[in-house]
Amino acid sequence: MEKLKYALFTGCTAKQSTPEQMLSTMAVADKLGIELVELTEASCCGASHLQDYDDFLSLVLNARNIAYAEKHGLTMVTICNTCQLNTAMTKHRLDNNADLKARVNEKLGEVGLEYKGTSLVTHFLYAIIDDFGLDKIKEMVVTPLSQFNIAPFYGCHNIRPSELQNETHKTPENPYNPTSLDDLIIACGGQNVDYEEKNKCCGFHAELQAPHTAAVLTGNAIAGAMDGNADWMVTPCPLCHLKLDTQTAHASTAIGRDVALPVLHMQQMIGLALGCTSEELGLKHHLTKVDFV
Amino acid sequence: MSTNAITTQKVNFNVFRFNSDVDYLPYYEKYEMEVTSEEVVLDILNRIKWDHDGSFSYRRSCRHGICGACAIQVNGRQTLACKESMSDMVELFGNELTIEPQSKKRAVKDMIIDKGDFWEKHDAIKPYLISDVEEHPEHEHLVTPAEAEELNEADLCIQCGACHYACPVVEINDDFFGPAAFAKAYRFEADVRDDAHDERLQELHAEKQGLWDCVKCMECAEVCPKDVDPISKITSLHNMLFKEGVATSNVATRHAVGFKHSIARNGVLDEGGLVLYSEMAGIVKHVPVALKMFSKGKIVPPWGITKSDNLDEIKKLVASSSTAKF
Ligand code: SF4
Ligand code: SF4
Ligand code: FES
Repeated sequence: MEKLKYALFTGCTAKQSTPEQMLSTMAVADKLGIELVELTEASCCGASHLQDYDDFLSLVLNARNIAYAEKHGLTMVTICNTCQLNTAMTKHRLDNNADLKARVNEKLGEVGLEYKGTSLVTHFLYAIIDDFGLDKIKEMVVTPLSQFNIAPFYGCHNIRPSELQNETHKTPENPYNPTSLDDLIIACGGQNVDYEEKNKCCGFHAELQAPHTAAVLTGNAIAGAMDGNADWMVTPCPLCHLKLDTQTAHASTAIGRDVALPVLHMQQMIGLALGCTSEELGLKHHLTKVDFV
Repeated sequence: MSTNAITTQKVNFNVFRFNSDVDYLPYYEKYEMEVTSEEVVLDILNRIKWDHDGSFSYRRSCRHGICGACAIQVNGRQTLACKESMSDMVELFGNELTIEPQSKKRAVKDMIIDKGDFWEKHDAIKPYLISDVEEHPEHEHLVTPAEAEELNEADLCIQCGACHYACPVVEINDDFFGPAAFAKAYRFEADVRDDAHDERLQELHAEKQGLWDCVKCMECAEVCPKDVDPISKITSLHNMLFKEGVATSNVATRHAVGFKHSIARNGVLDEGGLVLYSEMAGIVKHVPVALKMFSKGKIVPPWGITKSDNLDEIKKLVASSSTAKF
């Protein structure tokens, strides 16, 4: 197989509050022989909040990010569900609206850039599934996660709206019965836990504005995984990770039950199965202690 | 006409049953049926009533996806029964299908729910055109195609409630107006003939009903059978608040604007700085978690933030592309 190469859009969180996300992404890419060219020029995607303030500005900034991936002639790969949504949505809107694309390009022209629409945008999870292949992961597993019940937590922005996301994933995901993370857990040798909340919202985006609502959603998600007998949870989204890992006290109060489980990034799970060390995967950065390695 | 042959297959239905007059708790009844590829979910509801149990109750009227009466849940997915084909449902979920009302806690009789909360919230946003029209106008109030386009499909809503009962915030917070009400509010806010624009916008911005409490889960966009995409209408209402100078300072508005400031400064976000800017004095409640995060190396101090390369470009674009006020 030809070496896979992507333009990596890190997003802001992997560089700040989830440093382990960045570490484990690089460690796993290295093990899998995937080349990642970091888009150091990229700005924040707006995380769906800049969009609330000024939709056009967010389109311009996201188009600029994609334009840099286009300069490399590479598919852009994201490692955050919300970055994925905002970037894919920008691409969809510009590719389907010539007038909007022209208006955005008029702005980009001021800094000598152009959005052409030539680069695809996908999440690392789907790059692994669609391009690398789960069978190959399975072959490379050196430490099967066979003693663990692992609860997949998908995160909204990779699976909804499905019409948009399925433009970028070669294997369509059904938001009511998603399978990508479950398949990945199985490929790593673990037991996938089926529970109602696996495709529900963690509440991250309203944590400041509606703290009680957000905390109930977080609590329900962890409780669902615990009731499914999970040893730990795994997510492709650093924002879900942050909510589920750091907000357990609020979540417990909100739902009136003590809830906490280690929440690993999907890269950390793959890394464990491929034999990376705890240091390489940054497992010490979690608030809910990862005490099984 | 389709030349595809009609196929049949066996499907097991697990159907929610409850009669609030006599039952203390709901229960589930099993029905096994041969289902043809031509049927829609409503056909199954009809067959349960006609062939199995005449007391089975549900709402339906138009059978053409325009009255919104027949919405139910199939395997937890909000579904317009007369629009959804059985073959799609089986393809999505397999041969074991659970049929439930849109909201189990609001069930009155089988599939029939008390939709009072939905209508109350719908009424609260003044869901009609408010215009001072002369008694004998000389000509019609013309709307250009471009102006009509601004409604962005919001007028297609059939008030089925699928988005409302799929919304996790509606489920938790009784005050939250919900996606359908906000989409309807947008429908009139975007109508050039409406004269209550400012008044409605200000009312929507008031704290209790939660225009800012949406968790952005995209459930409403996913379930809407009419492609109204309510979350995008909520976003548009937020944009209007800023564009028209109606937005007042609160944690939600500062959170949105904080992204612009942070991006203009660093390209990337200063996450800690953003929380401080949004919360102001309220930051104290985050201190215990922040300290734990700091001890685990999960917080980067402001001086440790890596800025984007070619930051000048970003600064220039933020300055020249942004039209919103705050
Ligand atoms: S996106 Fe917002 S309004 Fe829509 S279902 Fe989710 S929380 Fe509710
Ligand atoms: S917005 Fe869509 S899902 Fe919501 S009530 Fe209207 S038609 Fe139904
Ligand atoms: S019966 Fe009218 S929408 Fe289904």
